[in-house]
Amino acid sequence: MGRKILFVTTDQQRYNTLGCNGGTLSRTPVIDGLAAQGIRYERAVPQSVVCMPSRSTMITGQHPSTHGVWMNGVALPVDAPSVAAVLHQNGYCTALIGKAHFEPFLDPFAKFTENVLARNGEATRLDQPWADGTTGPHRGFDHLEFATHGAAGPLHYARWLAANHPEAVGMFYPVLDGSLQVNSLGGGATGAPQAHVNNISKDWYHTDWVADRTISWLDSLDARDDWFCWMSFPDPHHPWDPPESEVGRVNWRDVDLPESYPQTAAERERILDAKPRHWRMWYDGTLVSNYEAPSRWVPATLTADQLREVWARNAVECELIDEALGRVMRAISARGWDDDVDVIFTTDHGELQGDFGLLFKGPYHTDGLMRLPLIWRPAPSAAVGAAVVDRPVGLVDLAPTFCEIAGVAPKEWMQGAALPKDNADADTRGFERALTEWDSELFGVAVHLRTITRDDWVCTAYKPGTVHDGTEGELYDLRSDPHQFVNLWNDPASSAMKSDLVADLWDHQPPVKSPRLPLVAPV
Amino acid sequence: MAATPSRASIRHHLRIGKSADFAWQIVSRPEILHLWFPGITVCVVDGDTRVITLGSGMTMPETILTNDALQKRFQYRITSPVFKEHLATIDVVALDDDVCLVMYSTDADPAAMALMIGGATLGALEELKRQCEANHGPAIEAVSAHK
Repeated sequence: MGRKILFVTTDQQRYNTLGCNGGTLSRTPVIDGLAAQGIRYERAVPQSVVCMPSRSTMITGQHPSTHGVWMNGVALPVDAPSVAAVLHQNGYCTALIGKAHFEPFLDPFAKFTENVLARNGEATRLDQPWADGTTGPHRGFDHLEFATHGAAGPLHYARWLAANHPEAVGMFYPVLDGSLQVNSLGGGATGAPQAHVNNISKDWYHTDWVADRTISWLDSLDARDDWFCWMSFPDPHHPWDPPESEVGRVNWRDVDLPESYPQTAAERERILDAKPRHWRMWYDGTLVSNYEAPSRWVPATLTADQLREVWARNAVECELIDEALGRVMRAISARGWDDDVDVIFTTDHGELQGDFGLLFKGPYHTDGLMRLPLIWRPAPSAAVGAAVVDRPVGLVDLAPTFCEIAGVAPKEWMQGAALPKDNADADTRGFERALTEWDSELFGVAVHLRTITRDDWVCTAYKPGTVHDGTEGELYDLRSDPHQFVNLWNDPASSAMKSDLVADLWDHQPPVKSPRLPLVAPV
Repeated sequence: MAATPSRASIRHHLRIGKSADFAWQIVSRPEILHLWFPGITVCVVDGDTRVITLGSGMTMPETILTNDALQKRFQYRITSPVFKEHLATIDVVALDDDVCLVMYSTDADPAAMALMIGGATLGALEELKRQCEANHGPAIEAVSAHK
């Protein structure tokens, strides 16, 4: 009997929404407790700041260029490498419960396996092709139950809600508008975009459902089983529509505006104008480069009160996740597994949440999207000491970490390394840099970014697209400029650092999948 | 005003190792689209009207606009209220005696539907190529039976 793995992900969660990371708005005692017992990473970096590429990195252990899912709407091939398959081959029971998003959600032709499984109520398919030429359960998972940000579509949660509580289906925010664009409709108390009063019972909300289904799957296992469970909460990704009964936990009127939100329009515009021009164009509503940003919402219209309400609703969603995780931890304890379970908590990418006056996400490689919460509480039986690691690590390092926990050699296709246990371990094993990439091509707008995080600097080089000519860039000193207000790309005093980082960036680009996978859906 | 267009135009193409005449005999038969378009399960033609059923169970009525054997161009319009506008165009172009290029274009409002439909047309082209080059498959059999 070996160590068991509870892999907990959220969606679009900022680093500073956890108490252990300095957050003061949401109460997250369960996650804070895991951090106190384990390893807390202060510079965890996603390899993409949107869902599908980032989640594909988690499961494959590869950068987006290599696994090929370069943007939302590009499907991860069914036979892509999967760490879950590796664990399954080594005797682990495997499950993914919650948001997967390796394949597009918008699927009227029912082309994608995960949508079809959910539609048919199947737990998995056993004859799926694997990367090593063998076959096995879908992506290596014995059990799959899917959810996303509401009750629309064919996924398990939506079907469960429709079958058991049909009166609640229409209570969620409509994620898409009548034109199938991401909705710009405002609501809540302030009219904030994607804020919404949701009168659903807390017990029926997807956060509790994900925990309930996880507990149910764990209860189905034999006490001696080794298991890997990816518990994937759809929140706190917008829409910000937590159960209304819980909204009073955080009064938006009491929310202090974040320091990363310049409070005057003149200051916001001055900062944005020093960045490549797509930043200001999005702020002004003249350019939308990716489908995930509500296309009819203009960031310049965001008010301070709307931002307060977004933070408050987001904090409530973070609290609900923490409580749900607490329930799962108690269920694990009740099974007698306390000493043998590793818990890893992270998210796929961040949320701008007012940085520079912006919300949501896009081709913006700054801390709001790029600095992630990441906590590894090793199994107590492993006797790993508590630590804080400030060296850069990536989500690409998760798959080899799971292998290490399971006592399995990492596969040659994994591009990261098992997460370091402290800074000395990080230095010994060369955790110097993390890479992030962005490629979007939507309705004639192409944007391509390559970013390196190293030595407390973040450097982004732009490749030619329809908005940039390839000479643009961003350079931030994270120590002196924690909010990335000052772009040093053209600063003569920083030119040596810039040259060094840019050279390092291009020297370490991952292999590119060929032929390129097609964009087959908006999301 | 934000800058996302309400409509979009998507085009996919594939080179197929068969003659244009060979590919066209499949493309020009509106009633057998479901035999080479993955995700379409049923296809019923009545005059210039076609109704397709998708894998999700959704049905879509269509009007056939062009079936031009000289240009080897097939066009249809989905008339479902989901669309404000739709036009699909399939062009078969001879590149050599035994090689052709098939282009499948989707123009639609809303733009998101163009991406969804357009993404599926790529799968259709891949299946058309597979059947043509293998000289085997349900669409080939349907065409052979019709001769």
